Amino acid sequence: MSNTSLLLLAFRALRRDWRSGELRVLAAALVIAVASVAAVGFFTDRIQVAMERKSSELLGADLVIASPEPVQESFLQEARRGDLQAAATLSFRSVVLAGEDSALAEVKAVGPGYPLRGQLQVGDQPFAPAQFTQAIPKPGDVWLDERLLQVLKLAVGGRLELGTGSFVVEKVLAYEPDRGGDLFSIAPRLLMNLADVPATELVQPGSRVEYRLLLAGDAKRLENYRSWVQSRLNPVERLQGVRDARPELRAALERAQRFLGLAALVSVILAGVGIAIAARRFALRHWDSVAIMRCVGATQATVLRLFLLELLGLALLAGVSGVLLGYGAQEGLTRILADLAPVGELPSPSWRPLAPALLTGFITLLGFGLPPLLRLRNVPPLRVLRRDLGPSEQRAILLYGPAVAAVALLLLWQAGDTRLALYVFGGVVGTLLALGVAALGLVKSLTVLRGRVGVAWRFGLANISRRGTGSMVQVVALGLGIMVLLVLTLVRNDLLAGWQATLPANAPNHFLINIQPTEVGGVQQFLHDRGLAETRLFPMVRGRLMAIDGRPVNPENYANSRAQRLVEREFNLSWADDLQEDNRVVAGRWWQPGDHGKALVSVEQGLARELGINLHDTVQFRIAGQLIDAEVASLRTVEWDSFRVNFFVIFPPDVLNSYPATWITSFHLDKARKGLLTELVRSYPSVTVVDVDALMGKVREIMDRVVLAVEYVFLFTLLAGLVVLYAAIQATQDERLFESAILRTLGARKGVILQSLLAEFATLGLLAGLLAALGATVLGYVLAERVFGFHYSPDVLLWLLGGGAGLLGVGAAGLLGARSVLKQPPMQSLREGV
Amino acid sequence: MNATQYLVRAENLGKRVPSPEGELIILDGINFAVAAGESVAIVGASGSGKSTLLGLLAGLDTPSSGRVWLAGTDLNSLDEDGRAQLRAQRVGFVFQSFQLLPGLTALENVMLPLELADHADPEGAARAVLQQIGLGSRLRHYPAQLSGGEQQRVAIARAFASGPELLFADEPTGNLDRRTGQRIIDLLFSLNRQQGATLVLVTHDTELARYCDRSLELDGGRLQAAEPVSAAAPVELGLSVSV
Repeated sequence: MSNTSLLLLAFRALRRDWRSGELRVLAAALVIAVASVAAVGFFTDRIQVAMERKSSELLGADLVIASPEPVQESFLQEARRGDLQAAATLSFRSVVLAGEDSALAEVKAVGPGYPLRGQLQVGDQPFAPAQFTQAIPKPGDVWLDERLLQVLKLAVGGRLELGTGSFVVEKVLAYEPDRGGDLFSIAPRLLMNLADVPATELVQPGSRVEYRLLLAGDAKRLENYRSWVQSRLNPVERLQGVRDARPELRAALERAQRFLGLAALVSVILAGVGIAIAARRFALRHWDSVAIMRCVGATQATVLRLFLLELLGLALLAGVSGVLLGYGAQEGLTRILADLAPVGELPSPSWRPLAPALLTGFITLLGFGLPPLLRLRNVPPLRVLRRDLGPSEQRAILLYGPAVAAVALLLLWQAGDTRLALYVFGGVVGTLLALGVAALGLVKSLTVLRGRVGVAWRFGLANISRRGTGSMVQVVALGLGIMVLLVLTLVRNDLLAGWQATLPANAPNHFLINIQPTEVGGVQQFLHDRGLAETRLFPMVRGRLMAIDGRPVNPENYANSRAQRLVEREFNLSWADDLQEDNRVVAGRWWQPGDHGKALVSVEQGLARELGINLHDTVQFRIAGQLIDAEVASLRTVEWDSFRVNFFVIFPPDVLNSYPATWITSFHLDKARKGLLTELVRSYPSVTVVDVDALMGKVREIMDRVVLAVEYVFLFTLLAGLVVLYAAIQATQDERLFESAILRTLGARKGVILQSLLAEFATLGLLAGLLAALGATVLGYVLAERVFGFHYSPDVLLWLLGGGAGLLGVGAAGLLGARSVLKQPPMQSLREGV
Repeated sequence: MNATQYLVRAENLGKRVPSPEGELIILDGINFAVAAGESVAIVGASGSGKSTLLGLLAGLDTPSSGRVWLAGTDLNSLDEDGRAQLRAQRVGFVFQSFQLLPGLTALENVMLPLELADHADPEGAARAVLQQIGLGSRLRHYPAQLSGGEQQRVAIARAFASGPELLFADEPTGNLDRRTGQRIIDLLFSLNRQQGATLVLVTHDTELARYCDRSLELDGGRLQAAEPVSAAAPVELGLSVSV
């Protein structure tokens, strides 16, 4: 047979099978698999494209030198000599006051020329159309973003106080290219002129600030400058080029891509199960036609090629539809998540995710759909005479091997890391096996009930038991979908509530930072006078860890990203004569009064483990340009979630006194007494108040959004679960038609048959729901007891909601899918069943 | 004779189905009646319309023309559920391919019509019938675990369990070997006699038809002249059965 005629034959077969509805479930499963992968792909691609296009803009420059101390003066001079553009910025957090209202703001003070790349956008009113501007705020003026205006209840033209300075709000800041801070910026923005900073008296020695020198210009000159400056950087100065613009954003995007991608794979795997069921039925229904083809001379290879071509045609059609659906679905993800990533307006997605999504579809279809089709090739031609003859049974490796290989391949590809892929693969296989065993147990236990219920229910339950494996697959598929949703809603809330319940009612909810040494007495008195007598102030000196036992400390020396982050930034060092009550020494000993003034330190145990610091090691810190060595005298444990002020590294008194220090404290304040804070900030303008309640609210809001996005992706999982249900219904449709005909012949009314269908599907749904509740409870328990360390009390609602959702949802969906058995006259079904 | 005195009566019964070559006539102008307690065989070659006629008589399908009275009720006046109810109360079936439900045990299969007819003790009655036909040790077996003959005996037990006035049998021995078939025939007629039910049997086997009081022959969808009641009634009837 020529390739062209084979292709034509396959095309005709595809058209015919599509019309007869044989391929619809297969196509639906494929569309869902491709759409879930495509949606995640398109979404992450949009952010990636935005980042690539705007990498200079994201930096506001071509090259940046950042430092917690003023950048060396010679760097600016050299840049001028090299004919580079330069601009300076200074960022810090501070409380802003407007009348009775106050808010914590991310303040950025900018000098002339800022930004060197990209443009600011400002408006005259909140939420009015924004215009590009070349200007920066004039001295005496500030620009606020919409959020800060809202919190402070200010309008353009209003006045606000920042430290000891007073400013006029001149414009609304709509967009700044190099929006700093974390990916999920906590505090709103205030933009001011660099020349105004001294008037605020906010920047004192030891304050937590970031100085940035922005540079831009000709690539060659920039490269020369880069090599000149590299050797002259001090340990706290960091160089950022376009390539490493916003590394935290890149890392977050990578994590999001990986996580959402793996979430999408759960849908792909379930869709694969749907494909396997549908492909089996498809093949079964083609045994006769294959026997006839073989009888009239088609070779095994021709048969195989024909069906492969038909399948590939289907994969192409379903793949394209899936990509289109995914393209539409990513819009939803973008709405939920995009403004958390500060990259401005997102460009349209590129077509890069197209190929991976289509490829995922092909791999899934081949892995799960090929085995039953391979069997077609072995249909004996003699079947035309003896209909009881079928192809020989497949070996298990041929039956399941391709599916397992497909899943492993997709996981490896999506995780991009063998170890992670192995973990997830193990997790997926383990979960599926555990769920499968539990589901089989539930299905078997139905037999006990059979003797005690009426005819319709007995018939429904008998159907579940008889289709044991099929029922198990359905229960697992649907249960997995429901479980994911339960975990993301109820269990998440339970965990959060459980964790909050472990916090003491009077856990500190406010921090005061940046208290100057001269203000310590005054602030203490202020708090004491207002009934906060217990409050203790701690000194804080910033220093960078330089060496451990003579070995220089380098981020590259650590594989762990947490350790890398820890050594990249400056530590908050403190001193104390006695141990805080929630600290416990686990190695070495706490100092005696005689040790005061000695170069000793006490290190938090977790940090010590992370960085490889041992008892009696010598650690070296660089504090305000000077190096200081100290011996590790003790290791401590700390209860971090007490929200009290705690430090990784503590010195004895009289060691750090000569270094610039600020003081910090935390205390609990009821909502009703928040006015006290405004009073405090007015008296001590440079003190920064961090409201943990507001912070937690913001963190929670971000978490909610992320969870919503994950739920959104897992909606595909539920859809895939429904496709499995539908595939299973379709696969048993012929049996159902026949059985319903018998029942009606024996005198059953339609109501009885409907009731038996309902009994079957509602029971299946209930089992899936109970299984989901069981899985969610176990997961919640493990997370609470092992990860978060508090006691988890199982939620009754979980079982009610899981069971109820399964019962109603699957009951209704099943009834809808199978109701056609009532339409055919019994005589017709009986004839076909013979 | 009035329609109500017959248990089954067909009047101008016709069935046509659409086909690519135009309308296909399967049954045309069928008129006959079966009195209570009578046994009637409907014989004919393959494709003569026997099974279609049986389906119409039992209300499993609707005629294109004419009407059927079953126990004095015009089937056309009933809806699907009404016909089902009538079957549940008065009719039993035996099929060529047994038509047992594969998911139910032998006992559950026999209980099914009893439960549908709201019988007071479906399980007790089903057990009794199965015991009577020698399947007391097979109660918990599924159809797939039974031989062809055993399956057909379960089907017969199911047909007689509710004590129907009327029994329809469609080629009841068609899927069985000769020896087993003979035993099934004996069982069928023996039970029928015991219960005094009316039997309508469809078969292409004229030997089997001879067991009935009379035969009707279908040819090309039309009923040929009715044969007189056979004089050669089977002698084995009334034997207790052990198959």
